[in-house]
Amino acid sequence: MRIALFVTCLGDVLFPDVARATVAVLERLGHDVVFPEAQTCCGQMHTNTGYQHDAVGLVRHHVDVFEQAMARGCEAVVAPSGSCVGSVRHQHAAVARRSGDEALAVRAEAVAARTFELSELLVDVLGVTDVGAAYPHRVTYHPTCHSLRLLGVGDRPLQLLRAVRGIDLVELPAADSCCGFGGTFSVKNADTSTAMLADKMSAVLATDAEVVTAGDASCLMHIGGGLSRLRTGVRPVHLAEILASTA
Amino acid sequence: MSTFLGMPQGRVPGPAADTAVGQLTGDRPFPAAARDALGNTQLRRNLAHATSTIRAKRAAVVGEVPDWEALREAGSAIKADTMARLPELLEQLEANVTARGGTVHWARDAAEANRIVLDLVRATGENEVVKVKSMATQEIGLNEALEGAGITAHETDLAELIVQLGHDKPSHILVPAIHRGRSEIREIFAREMPGVDPGLTDEPAVLAAAARTHLREVFLRAKVAVSGANFGVAETGTLTVVESEGNGRMCLTLPETLITVMGIEKVVPTWRDLEVFLQLLPRSSTGERMNPYTSSWAGVTPGDGPQEFHLVLLDNGRTRALADDLGRTALHCIRCSACLNVCPVYERTGGHAYGSVYPGPIGAVLTPFLTGITGGSDPNDSLPYASSLCGACYDVCPVKINIPDLLVELRAEHTEAHAARHRLPTSEAAAMKAAAWVMADPKRFARVGRAATRGRHGIRQGKPVLPLPPPLSGWTASRDVPSPPAETFRDWWARTRGDRP
Amino acid sequence: MSARDEMLARIRRARGDASEGPPVPGSYRVAGEHAPGSDAVVAQLVDRLEDYRATVVRAGGDDVAIGAAVAAALAGRGIHEVVHAPGVPDAWVRGVHVARSDDGTASARDLDAVPAVVTGSVAAVSETGTIALDGGPLCGRRALSLVPDTHVCVVRVQDVVQTVPEGLGRLDPTRPTTLISGPSATSDIELSRVEGVHGPRTLVVVLAG
Repeated sequence: MRIALFVTCLGDVLFPDVARATVAVLERLGHDVVFPEAQTCCGQMHTNTGYQHDAVGLVRHHVDVFEQAMARGCEAVVAPSGSCVGSVRHQHAAVARRSGDEALAVRAEAVAARTFELSELLVDVLGVTDVGAAYPHRVTYHPTCHSLRLLGVGDRPLQLLRAVRGIDLVELPAADSCCGFGGTFSVKNADTSTAMLADKMSAVLATDAEVVTAGDASCLMHIGGGLSRLRTGVRPVHLAEILASTA
Repeated sequence: MSTFLGMPQGRVPGPAADTAVGQLTGDRPFPAAARDALGNTQLRRNLAHATSTIRAKRAAVVGEVPDWEALREAGSAIKADTMARLPELLEQLEANVTARGGTVHWARDAAEANRIVLDLVRATGENEVVKVKSMATQEIGLNEALEGAGITAHETDLAELIVQLGHDKPSHILVPAIHRGRSEIREIFAREMPGVDPGLTDEPAVLAAAARTHLREVFLRAKVAVSGANFGVAETGTLTVVESEGNGRMCLTLPETLITVMGIEKVVPTWRDLEVFLQLLPRSSTGERMNPYTSSWAGVTPGDGPQEFHLVLLDNGRTRALADDLGRTALHCIRCSACLNVCPVYERTGGHAYGSVYPGPIGAVLTPFLTGITGGSDPNDSLPYASSLCGACYDVCPVKINIPDLLVELRAEHTEAHAARHRLPTSEAAAMKAAAWVMADPKRFARVGRAATRGRHGIRQGKPVLPLPPPLSGWTASRDVPSPPAETFRDWWARTRGDRP
Repeated sequence: MSARDEMLARIRRARGDASEGPPVPGSYRVAGEHAPGSDAVVAQLVDRLEDYRATVVRAGGDDVAIGAAVAAALAGRGIHEVVHAPGVPDAWVRGVHVARSDDGTASARDLDAVPAVVTGSVAAVSETGTIALDGGPLCGRRALSLVPDTHVCVVRVQDVVQTVPEGLGRLDPTRPTTLISGPSATSDIELSRVEGVHGPRTLVVVLAG
């Protein structure tokens, strides 16, 4: 299948390893990955912080870029981020409608219908749970809020992780509690965010895992940033990186 | 009007609730109020214990209902239908209550509602009233208005009593004293409850028994009661109050005069609609299959209960919310408080941080829809940001209010109201505009991304070499910053895949 | 302009053009899978009532058997005096030493001096452990079943339905109605449920038939 990679702005600039891992997994499974280089950002930060006017242009740009990719034969768009896919699927049309652009909303809905978070693409679209990965580490999985509740990925990431050879997967207590990131929430309500982070870190540490994984680089940046500040030695590793690993 | 961009053509919002009357706003923005709460370990412990208890109870009793999702759909649809037919339904309710011997009053705002109730109490010649726990009367500050006129209002719900005796403020919709633990409650009772047994222990059963003894005499002598209403049935004029302790039944049954204050959004079209809400509400609220007592009455029944009944219908900002498509859905709320109990923010800050009698996720949307977003320094302007948008509230809402979407909409209304009121944009707005400009063009975006990779030398061991200014310092206070990579993804792609130089 | 007219005008302006909401989906359960009065619903009612700390006593369906059950339940609690709803058959309270029919004249304070009340009921919902009183002769005025500290309530098995919709369907919304699910309770202290606050602290259900 020809698949367009929606790398996400954060993945492009701060976490290219996650995007490279996404490419590696899909290519290993025999798929043709395309990177539409004109892509920038889905506008989620703008939308969620109250700047929907500024987000409209970003939505239009995103729709232009991935519509074109689909016109060139891409059957699906994939992003290693529940949050950004959540924005595409749940917010883009609404942002367009609020600005009065119904035509853009309809186009956004068409792009959204073909856009998938990585675990959704693998399990639902490509029908794979064993991607041929090996990862001999003790790992705990944090289901990020937008993948869990906005997309409803359910246990798809866990299905994928359970099939990884050598992995010691341990359950995270109170897994479905938010880690406290929430985009600009983490700085606007830094104290509350930190209190939420503290509980998430306690849960992670209680598992004795070496690695905490998730489907969103942003939440991992938050959890990992806290774990690193406390010098815990627990590493944040994105789901895509574990699935790409054959070590 | 910039704050109502989402509003369909031809709809005119009613006036905002006056925050000077009643309790719809605090004196500080949420982050500042939250900071105090977060520093109070006793409060954090009480809240964590209480919310985790109720979450587990709710999950268990919701799990045993096979058609829970169908009930949520029905509840949501009934409320949407109600809002669409609100004037006709209220007129029908009024006609039926009147036909059955009640009197209906209309209150445009909190001050008017307080005045109506006060006049009704004065007309009875009594100087005290018993009260059933009611969000509407808290919202309008009725107790304060009555006290100001020399009329004693006895709160009879146990949690309300704890709050009243503790000279405190409610912090939860269902359990206003959720922020208090048993030992604190024991202390309040021992200190403030006249004639209480000094050997009182902190066993919940002992404390409940003390409240029973304390209020028994009050119930037996009271001539006037004030209540809210969970539902008002238009087709029959039936009012319904859902409760647990029996204090509601005491107030609704024993006095000679009953005054019920009800928000206009609490009307439902038919009696049959209650078959949906009486399944959704108790399971979502107290985590019980059914609350111990549900009382319904229509007007006045000779020989049974109060022989004088007044219904006060309250606007107080509701017609403002009604004009907005999303704001209207906030009016669907049945005050179960399930969203508070699952909210990771509420669980850590408690209800006082929200300033309004409506705290938690629903309060963070309902309050600003009622009072309006000023775009200035009003504390309520900070409420829509008091959420990580985790979505747990939407999952549990029995009438499927999409609270995260409402929060996002209110954030937009806030920045737009600010822009409309101020000549200069905030630094945040300027930064957002700049980011949008960069991201609108892939070449610009690629250049900025490349520049970020060069910035990686400015970060050592997770901390920036130069301290970051607020609000970014809020990040670095508790979290390390990731080091930017040597190469962006797009540069790697271009280099290795050779699509582009 | 009166407050009424102004509010209605405001609501109409905010509502916009007269409209109807979405159709209400009727996909939730109305009737349960078990017939009213069936063994399954009766067993479920008992389970749910006991779960919320009500006492359930089984009795035969005739008035004499009911009366024996009522008398035994009261005697077991050391109660020898009751007030009862005017429509309660004499046979139900024949075994109680002092039984007064409520004629509507007793004040709340008078009722507070009586240890127990005996009433009937008009419907019960098994899934929620709920009993419905409608203020009619069999159930009495609302104060009656509220003030005395022990409430003995007779529920006939044929009045037991499975679901809330079935239960509400049997009630007249214009009557003063009380739905009772267990004795009075509170969860206001640390959200732990405590039975027994202002309403009757003891609820005895005599399940007849």
